[in-house]
Parts: sequence; structure tokens; C-alpha cells
Amino acid sequence: MKKLVLPIALIGVLAFYSLERPIFESYTQKIPGTPVTFDMTPIEGGTFKMGSSSSANADEKPVHEVKIDPFWMGTHEVTWDAFELFLDKNYELAISEEPIGEIVDGLTRPSLPYLDMTFGMGKEHKPAIGMTQYGAIQYCYWLYLKTGIFYRLPTEAEWEYAARAGSDSKYFFGDDSEAITEYAWTAENSDGMTQMVGKKKPNPWGLYDIYGNVLEWTSDQYDPEFYKNSPKENPMNPSDELYPRIVRGGSFKTPAEEISSAKRFVNDPKWKQLDPQIPKSQWWFPEAPFIGLRLVRPLNPPSPEEINAYYTAAPIADY
Amino acid sequence: MKNTRRDFIKTSALATGGVLAANSFVLPGAYAAPAETHLKLALIGCGGRGTGAVFQAMETGHPIKLVAMADAFRDRLDGSLKPILDKYGAEKVDVPEDRKFVGFDAYKHAIAEADVVILATPPGFRPDHFTEAVKQGKQIFMEKPVATDAVGIRKVLKAAEEAKAKKLNVVVGLQRHYQDNYRKTIAKIHAGEIGDIIGGQVYWNDGGVWVRPRKPEQTEMEYQMRNWYYFNWLCGDHITEQHVHNIDVANWVKKGYPVKAEGTGGRMVRTGKEFGEIFDHHTVQFTYEDGTVIHSECRHFPGAANRVDETFQGTKGTAYLSAGNHGVLTDYTGKKLYEHDRENNINPYQQEHNELWAALVNGEYKFADAENGARSTMTSILGRYATYSGKVITMDEAINSDINLFPDTLAWDATPKLVPNADGFYPHAVPGKTKTV
Repeated sequence: MKKLVLPIALIGVLAFYSLERPIFESYTQKIPGTPVTFDMTPIEGGTFKMGSSSSANADEKPVHEVKIDPFWMGTHEVTWDAFELFLDKNYELAISEEPIGEIVDGLTRPSLPYLDMTFGMGKEHKPAIGMTQYGAIQYCYWLYLKTGIFYRLPTEAEWEYAARAGSDSKYFFGDDSEAITEYAWTAENSDGMTQMVGKKKPNPWGLYDIYGNVLEWTSDQYDPEFYKNSPKENPMNPSDELYPRIVRGGSFKTPAEEISSAKRFVNDPKWKQLDPQIPKSQWWFPEAPFIGLRLVRPLNPPSPEEINAYYTAAPIADY
Repeated sequence: MKNTRRDFIKTSALATGGVLAANSFVLPGAYAAPAETHLKLALIGCGGRGTGAVFQAMETGHPIKLVAMADAFRDRLDGSLKPILDKYGAEKVDVPEDRKFVGFDAYKHAIAEADVVILATPPGFRPDHFTEAVKQGKQIFMEKPVATDAVGIRKVLKAAEEAKAKKLNVVVGLQRHYQDNYRKTIAKIHAGEIGDIIGGQVYWNDGGVWVRPRKPEQTEMEYQMRNWYYFNWLCGDHITEQHVHNIDVANWVKKGYPVKAEGTGGRMVRTGKEFGEIFDHHTVQFTYEDGTVIHSECRHFPGAANRVDETFQGTKGTAYLSAGNHGVLTDYTGKKLYEHDRENNINPYQQEHNELWAALVNGEYKFADAENGARSTMTSILGRYATYSGKVITMDEAINSDINLFPDTLAWDATPKLVPNADGFYPHAVPGKTKTV
């Protein structure tokens, strides 16, 4: 793994735009001031056929050709090891070797969940779970403030492109749902709980747990008709309603047969029914111990204005 | 606002379609004028939880009208009314200016306007609010815990007797009592499926809760009221405010309350001045009348392992319970005797209102949760008395403690009993020195 040559000086949030173009290789990102790291895998740009003609799900049709620009994707799902630093500023302060700086200090953090959001399934190397899409994006914002690098959620199209890894079968390894046990934690082999990331075989790009373990957030609103008029390049359908939004890949609770590269899962207001407060938390789904996230970093980041707009979009009240 | 209005429409249809005869409201203690077609609801304590409880009441679909609200702070009241009005509309929400009550006495006026009251302020106020609601003959939903010291518990127990005599329904928000996995699994334990219970462990270990920073314009009283989690007269420490849930499950399983407690606690990782006086960890051994010892543990340690659940050992097997709809009984060969189906369980916060309001519209007297609510809250306070003092404390000593945490005067310029030192830090309990009974 090569370290990126990215001199980081936290002078201002928008000061990173003109940084030298990075080398497009795998790298390990250290979260500054902490011992925590995570790995990023390059996904070459290209064209692929999105959707499935053989599936029974109408919303996966029509299969349509889509061009995707290059990006890095998290080699693993984001784990509590990193997410908890964002979750609790006092914890971040306690573990950091140096001051975290005014900008990071001033970032709005999640409300500390009243309930145990690990649901007794543990933290170390286990995927962070139960966060809203807003919470997932704010985690990216925190990382941006810490590292100067634009991390964001994948679009639905990027996720499927990354999962397929050039395949047009149901799974990246073929069509046999029994073979998935070598690659994924599903209802059949998970023992009803999240599992440590990276314990199964990766897909051809080198992405671990792309199916199963936890559902992964995308940035897109769910629209069953979207494929009929999809843009041909880097399609996205930005979320402007809380439900339903696209989540991908299935989880430890999903039967293998229901998982595929094309399958479009969605979030559900029921995931918040155990939140006894009104307004309901913008940060947590207390009944969704199966939703997590995987980071994307586009090779060519957008303008500072677009980055700022992405991170600072106000959350929608939920009640 | 992109919220779906589907639920609202459904609820309205039920309310208008199901016009109930006025004489359905043969409520004990409630006045049902012939023209009255709605049960009148007042919310006392307009935080997130109280607002949530109003939503759950409305979602029952029964004809309910919110008619009055009370809070110490006007901004909290306004912040609560907005989403209620947005979601349920003027037909079900009728709280004009003269039925918005603000300040320390607000509760009395709001209670007077209603048939049914939701009591959801910080727990330190609950004894007085409950007493007043019972005195005025109202039907009651009140949140846990129901007090923060023994003086308050004794008030609640006295009012609980009066509520029974008046046949007032009282539901307490120990919602595990309204959650299927707990009801079914504990019924099986009581039926003897794992034999006699001879031990148990109950936990609320997680990273902690919110903090509200001090603002320069605040008096000491206002600051403590805003940042109430960290002051015992308001909160009772997290062993009471949160862990009461798990301790209550132990009492439920044991069908009784402990006779003594001993334990250890302190402030280890949460030591800043913004954290008031409460401990960040307690571990307590509760001994029951038959000699059974239940181990209780609660902590607010970010970065450490989380655990919120209950386990019990019987003479024939073990039990595992959690709010995530777990309910498992296992024998000592590892064979599962019972496993609760975790899918499609009803939200217990909704269920407690479904059952309460069904009783209310039918004019039934079915719920008397206050006494157990008080005795389980007292159990958690007994635990705190043990960890704060470092001594073995009996339930008899604890429940008769005359140490009153409540301020002598409630006013924004009055001084609470606990004040910070010159550096802004609050004195906190020191085991071996602090007196609790």
C-alpha cells in the first residue's frame, strides 16, 4: 500500500481544491492524530450494463448502459473503530495525540444514541450500523475536515458498477446462490449478527463484504422508473425525501437468494419506530442494526462549492 | 417538508369515521359532558419524549384532542407543539395561547384542562406532578423513572394508593412491560420453564447521552434545568434514569424487590465540569428476600464495549432478554427451550398507549403501574445510595431516607442545593464519606 502524497494543512475547509492529482492506486488512509486507518481500493472508470433482465424485479429494468468515472471505494465497510471517533467528540479528544483543531471541534456530532446502537454485536472490526443517510454523510464531512480528502457515499450506479466488477451475472462470481457463502455473510451463515469485516473472499476489484454483512448507503432516492430515463453518464438521483432511499448489497439478515448486484433495497420508516422521541433522531435508526456504509472518493473531486453543498445540506425533519 | 401524510389521513379517518357515542366516556374521575366527543389530553413536559408520547397517543386512532401544554421553558413548548400540529392538524390539536402554560407551576393549570395527562418532565418533578394529577382525578401516562430520591418515592407511593382508590388508570413508561418478548419470556420463566431463578445480571453499558452547554445569560437554576441529566435532583444519575429499565426487569422476573444492596461506582472517564455531579459507572449487587443476588452494571464509557440486556440463571436453565426483541430460554445442555420470534414485533412505546387508550375509551379501569414504577425506581435509587456511600444499604433504610435533593424554592433566581466551586466543577459523591441514608 502506498501512502498518498497529500500535504494536509487545515487552513480552511475549502483549501484543498488545487492539490496535486493523486496516484490512482490502493492506499491506506490514516485518520490524523489517531491510530485508526482504513483502506481504499481504486475502481477504474468504464461502461457497464446496469440492472437485470433476468430478475423478477421490475425496478431493475430496463438494463441500460452507463458510463462511470473512476473512483476509489472503501475496501471494507466502515467499522465502529473509525465511526465512534466521529460519534463522540470527547472520545475523539481523549484518543487524539494532538489537538483536533477548531474546525473539527465545531462540527455538529450525532446525538449520542440513548439506546445501545451496537445491539450487543460488538465494535472492534465490526461494521458501524444504524446510522441515517444524513449521519453517514456527516461522517464523510468529518473525515474531510480531518484529512482534506473528499469522501462521500457512492451513487447507486457506482455501487452496482463496483459490485459487478465486470460481471453481468446475478453475483460477481456467477449465478449460484450457494457459492455466496465464500464471499458474504448472509442469513444462512451469519448467526443473526454482523461479522468482522474482511473475513470472506473479496470481489475482483478487491472489495470485501460487498454483499451481505450490512446494507450500504447510497446517495440516491429510490425511483422504480429511474432506469427508463437514466442519464447515460454518472447517473444519480439525489435524495430529497427521507423515504425510500436506495441501500445496496443486502445484510447479514438477507437470504442469499434475495441478494444480487442489481437488487435495489430501500430504507423504511419502521427502522425508526423504536425511537420514542419526536422529532425522531436525524442520526439513528434504532431498529436497523443492518444498515452501514462504504466510502467513495472520486478521482476527480468536484469544486469546493459543490463539496460544501454536499456536506452542509440541512437534514429533513422526521416525524 | 417531505413527510408522508399517510398516517395522518389514516388517523383522521378513524377519528371521524368512528364517532363514538358521548356516553362511551364513562371515565372514572373524568368529566364527560354530553357534547364532548374527544378525550382531552394535556402534555406536561414538552421535550422529545413527551412529544413522542403525544404522537403515540394520537396514533392509537382514538378520538383525542390535545388541549393544553406545560413546560418550564417556552421554547421547549413551542418546539413540541409545531410537529404535533403539523402532523395531526387543528382538528386534534387545540392549544391556544391561554392553554400554553410556562414555568414551575404550569403543570397545575395544564392538568386542570384535561381528562388525561402525559407526565414527561425530568423525573425530579414527577412526584409533585403525579400527586397533583391524582388529586385532580385525571387518567395518567407517566414516564420512568418516577422520582430521584426516597422523599419523592414516598410521595409517589402515597399518590399511587389514592389513584387506586379513585380508579384512575396509571401507565408508567417502563415499556418493556408492554413488549412482547419480555411478556412472553417472563411468563414462561414464571411458569417454571427454567426452574427457580437463583441469579442474574442486568446491564446498561454504553457511551453516554447528550450534554447541553452552559450559556452566559443562564442562572444556575436554568443551567441545571437545561443540562438536567447531570444533576441528581432532576435525573437521579444514569443508574436511575436509564438503568431502571433493566433493574425493573430483574424485579419483574424475581416477583419482588431487593432487601439490600452494596456496590461500587465513580467518575472515571467523564470528569469534566459539563457533567455535573453524576457518576459514569455503577456496579451493584442486589440481594432479594430469598437470598438471590442480582448483579447490576451501568456505565457511560465511550469507546468501550456496549451491553444493554438482562440474563438470569434458574435451577434448570438460563434466560436472555433485550429490548431488541430477544427472549431466549436455554437449558444447561445448551438446548433452546424457547426463542421469541423477533420479526414484526409491535413498538412497545406504541403498545403502551394502544392499551391505555383502549381502556380509557371503553371506560375501563385496568392499569395501576405506579406502585411498581415507584418500587423499581426505588431499587435503582437504593443502588445509587450504595455506590455513593460505599456502604451496605437495606431497602428499609433507603426508602426511609430523609435526604431531600429537591430545591427548597423553585424559581429561576433561586439557588439549587448543589452549586459549582470557583472553577466551575460540582462536588460529587465520595464513597466512604458521602451519606445517603
